[in-house]
Amino acid sequence: MRILPVLAALAAAACSRRTFVGDQVLRITPSDQEQVALLRLLDQQTDPEVNYWRHPTTLGHPADLLVPSSSLQEVKDFLEHHNISSCIMIEDLQKLLDEESKTMREARRTKRSSSSSTFDFGSYHTMEEIYSWMDALVEDHPTLVSKIQLGQSYEGRPLYVLKFSTGGSNRSAIWLDTGIHSREWITQAVGIWTASKIATGYRQDPSLTAVLDSMDIFLEIITNPDGFAFTHSSDRLWRKTRSLSAGSHCVGVDLNRNWAAGFGGSGSSSDPCSELYRGPYAHSEREVQAIVDFIRGHGNVKSVVSIHSYSQMLLFPYGYKTAPAPDHQELNEVAKKAVSDLAAVFGTKYSYGSIAQTIYIAAGTTIDWAYESGVRYSFTFELRDSGRHGFLLPSNQIIPTATETWPALLDIMVHALEHPY
Amino acid sequence: MEELPPSHYPAGRAAAVAAAFIRYRHGGPGRGLALGAIRSACREDIAAAGCKYHLELVLQDIHDKDSAVNCTAEVLYPLGNKNTAPDVQFTLEGELRNTDEADGVFYNRIKSLDKELMAKNIPDSQGNIPPELEPIHLLAGAASGYVICQNSTENTNFQLAQIKHVKQVKRSDEYLQFDYVILLHEMVSQEIIPWEMTVTWHPRHGVQVSQDSRQPQSA
Repeated sequence: MRILPVLAALAAAACSRRTFVGDQVLRITPSDQEQVALLRLLDQQTDPEVNYWRHPTTLGHPADLLVPSSSLQEVKDFLEHHNISSCIMIEDLQKLLDEESKTMREARRTKRSSSSSTFDFGSYHTMEEIYSWMDALVEDHPTLVSKIQLGQSYEGRPLYVLKFSTGGSNRSAIWLDTGIHSREWITQAVGIWTASKIATGYRQDPSLTAVLDSMDIFLEIITNPDGFAFTHSSDRLWRKTRSLSAGSHCVGVDLNRNWAAGFGGSGSSSDPCSELYRGPYAHSEREVQAIVDFIRGHGNVKSVVSIHSYSQMLLFPYGYKTAPAPDHQELNEVAKKAVSDLAAVFGTKYSYGSIAQTIYIAAGTTIDWAYESGVRYSFTFELRDSGRHGFLLPSNQIIPTATETWPALLDIMVHALEHPY
Repeated sequence: MEELPPSHYPAGRAAAVAAAFIRYRHGGPGRGLALGAIRSACREDIAAAGCKYHLELVLQDIHDKDSAVNCTAEVLYPLGNKNTAPDVQFTLEGELRNTDEADGVFYNRIKSLDKELMAKNIPDSQGNIPPELEPIHLLAGAASGYVICQNSTENTNFQLAQIKHVKQVKRSDEYLQFDYVILLHEMVSQEIIPWEMTVTWHPRHGVQVSQDSRQPQSA
């Protein structure tokens, strides 16, 4: 005979909330009407405080009786004295409750952890799928991963950041972002894979473990959600935000020209119809302002890595001017090593150098702002490929790209760890 | 003559122009050539003519991962008049893989179609190209090489982003004709530029772009 989930039965019996350690449920089988009457009387007494889960009604139908541990002996004596046969259905109610809770928790976790670790990392996903996966990741790694909301996009979408932390209070931190240009789909995909790698790699990978034991990692996977939604619904090659400009029919600001570092200079545009439109003023875009507020408020970010595609490059400041950054030599050395470790995986060749020398002059970029805000180890990746597929990188290259980029990311993180400032 | 770091953008842009032109001359439905590496680059200012880049490049056959074709190229960007295309001269070292068989198969397949071939969004959003459309994509890569070369300056870097639309046009002669609308990605301005091109091809005569015109961009 199946026992109803005990929790449901308790609700039906309207027991007051308390623990049930040692309490038992007895199944009692009255053999005549006299015994039935006796059993009914038992219920009406306030002492012992027993409770029928199934009332004694007629002969041939057993009654189920919840007996608190303090009254067990008394009730058993009573039943024995009147020759009423009974058996123990539940030996310790609290134990059963605990086991049931655990099973339910595990069932929920299995249902979702099979989606956190068995997520199809080798495909491109929608925003809903990515957000759902992020929740699963947090649920599967509750002591390491949490989700923060920085703010909202222009169209009101949440700006979510995953926080990886092993504790401490306002530890020095590394910031990673992907998808700031929505059409660069390989970057959000690499962001997902990397988040999973960080979550599952703690205590497995010695370098990552060393980083996480002292530092926190923040990762914003969908940095431009309005643009990303638009690449799915309307224009796969959309780059900017979806903010409206007064006096223009054109839409969107280039988030990587909207930062207050050389804002307004060469390599950015004042024309709302341009792909390089810088916006009406620095930090005009909510998506940028949210990150600015977060990093400034945090006060202890030591590295910013902003991930783009394509061109196969690892870049550092400056973009807005050709003059070398004060830390040019050190940043160049870090980039050189990272690019070498990346190439060691599958032979993919990256070039490296400052933005202005390597790719073009660009004013108002993320990493120029970060660097001038005091974040020394600021880098931008331009991931695969070098032009053959460009933004439309085949999904079968997602995992190889993420796999080869990982050691380069780790190099930067380890360098930040080993060179505190 | 000024030596240029191969990993910096001036060499990169000139190399992209050279690679585009070489694709036009040697690419086709059976062969895709990609820029593998820039071994060296120098820039020479030529009085009254323009700016000439001397390049040593390594090209790769898309279908042969281990292939490496060395190549020297010169790209002369003309002074002043930005409407004049750069001039490209090149020499390939060694032989390119023979594509006669693949070309013949493609040629016969298209010639024997009842209805004109028509397709759009190659690659699709996920970056995938159906195998039977791969030669159409490679042909666009070769033809776009011409358009790219014709429209390049020292301040541009074009790549073929996507075939938006392609339609075969049946001809009475032995040539195959495809009318393409492609999207070019210009990396310096980051613009996506639609471009119409009429492409003819024959296994023995190679690729020709008979007409091409830049289309208005959407907001």
